[in-house]
Amino acid sequence: MSVAIKYRIGKSTVFQALVMVLSFACVVPLIFILIYILQAGITKINWHFLTNLPKPVGETGGGIANALVGTSIIIATASVIAIPFGILCGIYLSENKNSKLAYWSRLCIDILQGVPSIVIGIVAYFWLVKPLNGFSALSGSVALAIMMLPIVVRSTEETLLLLPDSLREAAYALGMPFHRVILKVIVPCGISGILSGVMLSVARITGETAPLLFTAFGNPYLTTDITKPMQSLPLLIFNYATSPYNDWHDLAWGASCILLIWVLLLNIFTKLITRKWKVQL
Amino acid sequence: METSVDKVLKPAPLKNGAGFNSQKTPETVSTNKRLKRSHRQIRAENIFRRTIMIVAVATVVLVTGIMVTLAYQSRLSIQSAGLGFLWGKVWDPVRDIFGVYPFLLGTLLTSFLALIISVPFSFAVALFLGEYFPKGWMPDLLKNTVELIAAVPSVIYGFWGLAVLVPIVRTFESAIGVDAIGQGIFSSSLILAIMIIPYAASLGRSMIQMVPSNLKEAAYSLGATRWEVIRMVILPYTKSGLFAGVMLSLGRALGETMAVTMVIGNTSLIPKNIFSPGNTMASVIANEFTEADHPVYLSALIELGLVLFVVTVVINMIGKRLIKGVTK
Repeated sequence: MSVAIKYRIGKSTVFQALVMVLSFACVVPLIFILIYILQAGITKINWHFLTNLPKPVGETGGGIANALVGTSIIIATASVIAIPFGILCGIYLSENKNSKLAYWSRLCIDILQGVPSIVIGIVAYFWLVKPLNGFSALSGSVALAIMMLPIVVRSTEETLLLLPDSLREAAYALGMPFHRVILKVIVPCGISGILSGVMLSVARITGETAPLLFTAFGNPYLTTDITKPMQSLPLLIFNYATSPYNDWHDLAWGASCILLIWVLLLNIFTKLITRKWKVQL
Repeated sequence: METSVDKVLKPAPLKNGAGFNSQKTPETVSTNKRLKRSHRQIRAENIFRRTIMIVAVATVVLVTGIMVTLAYQSRLSIQSAGLGFLWGKVWDPVRDIFGVYPFLLGTLLTSFLALIISVPFSFAVALFLGEYFPKGWMPDLLKNTVELIAAVPSVIYGFWGLAVLVPIVRTFESAIGVDAIGQGIFSSSLILAIMIIPYAASLGRSMIQMVPSNLKEAAYSLGATRWEVIRMVILPYTKSGLFAGVMLSLGRALGETMAVTMVIGNTSLIPKNIFSPGNTMASVIANEFTEADHPVYLSALIELGLVLFVVTVVINMIGKRLIKGVTK
């Protein structure tokens, strides 16, 4: 073999090695973060931590019960708003592919997907916090619902488009009216895709902090009233992580650990669903 | 059209027994019932059609509402400062001077620095999964792990950055002889770089997988090495797709708030170099929104939000258009 060919083959091998090294280097920071958070957080988690309120500065101990309850309530409210709305919109987009309204609606969903979360927080502040004279969990939920919407709509639309037309035609041939064709045939067939979209969107908003900063605001006490300010896990992590107190840092590490495990589990679970039903997202 | 169907199937005339003798035979009763049922179904169908249409209209209204709200609420600041808002070099809420140049610079510096750091990694992952090893358990594992990077909440990246990355950067800074603060543009770029890897990587992978294999085979049959195939066939073919991926990553980086807010150091001064602390548009809003105590201050922050909104939307739209052009 001549030197030139050897040089070319060598260059190719070097490039391949470089690609492999860089690819695996991406994973390193993630693994570092996971291990660090788990190590720092797991020792803080116990029954006391899960069922107690945070203590004021200077007292050790305390827990994050208010944040756990708050996060659950805020996410549940956001889901109640966003999931029906998103699925119906996805149905419209898949049933009326070429209408003018579908074009504009699709464009708006695209825009919504790219809007920074903090901007949605500002908007929710002016829509709900100012008119109601005070921070509330409800306004936070609305902000998060707006963030969920594009994911739910997109996954519904794309799943329904994948279903064969023959399915729809068979249902119509039996004389079923439109709404029953959709609700009893089309949606149940695509339920796995829709479900994974919903879970993905829940996983995404669970960690969102920015839209909650000026809506749910945070609250050191336990509350279940959605018209009052409410604590949530990401907010608690942000506030306590940037505070100068070590006790609060400990709380934040424990909370980070719980949040991380929860979000990762949701993601892995979604992956399993999509693999089982062979859905492409 | 639907209303004419409505009229035809309306059971009302049958109730009077028109066309038949007034005695009800069993057949007319059952037709009557059936027609009633169809009528009910058609009404339900119309309601359903109308509901999903209203929902679709609502999405348009929602996005228009977001734009109108931002524009309307920032009117005070637009009136008082005009375009000078964008290149004013001083941000001093106490003296009512609102110039966002430091934040624009901070945003651009962090985002582009993050992009420069992350793009080689993203493209490496895209090539690895799209070209070198498209199948098997190990690439699968890599793919899922890279996707998990996007799943970790940004506040956790921020906390980790604050606790682990900032001290490392501080040591690095004192080693090369600049002010060893740790928190600053460089730290936030590093965190952002990690966070945005998955976006360009997953799009790039699907683009690279779409390269027709006869093109690659033709190049191989001419004696090209793998690297030459990548450089002369795959890269030219997937150019715009890869660029779209970079655009999506950039859109993410510009709008990212929490992780940056926690590690950038939060000062309103113009950053002197990439190691000095600063602020991005998103982090200023996050920090100062609840502290804004007079209308012009608040309105200036909202105008920042408006600028951020417009920039990210434009960048995302460019990315989406490119993807559409490639996949069609």
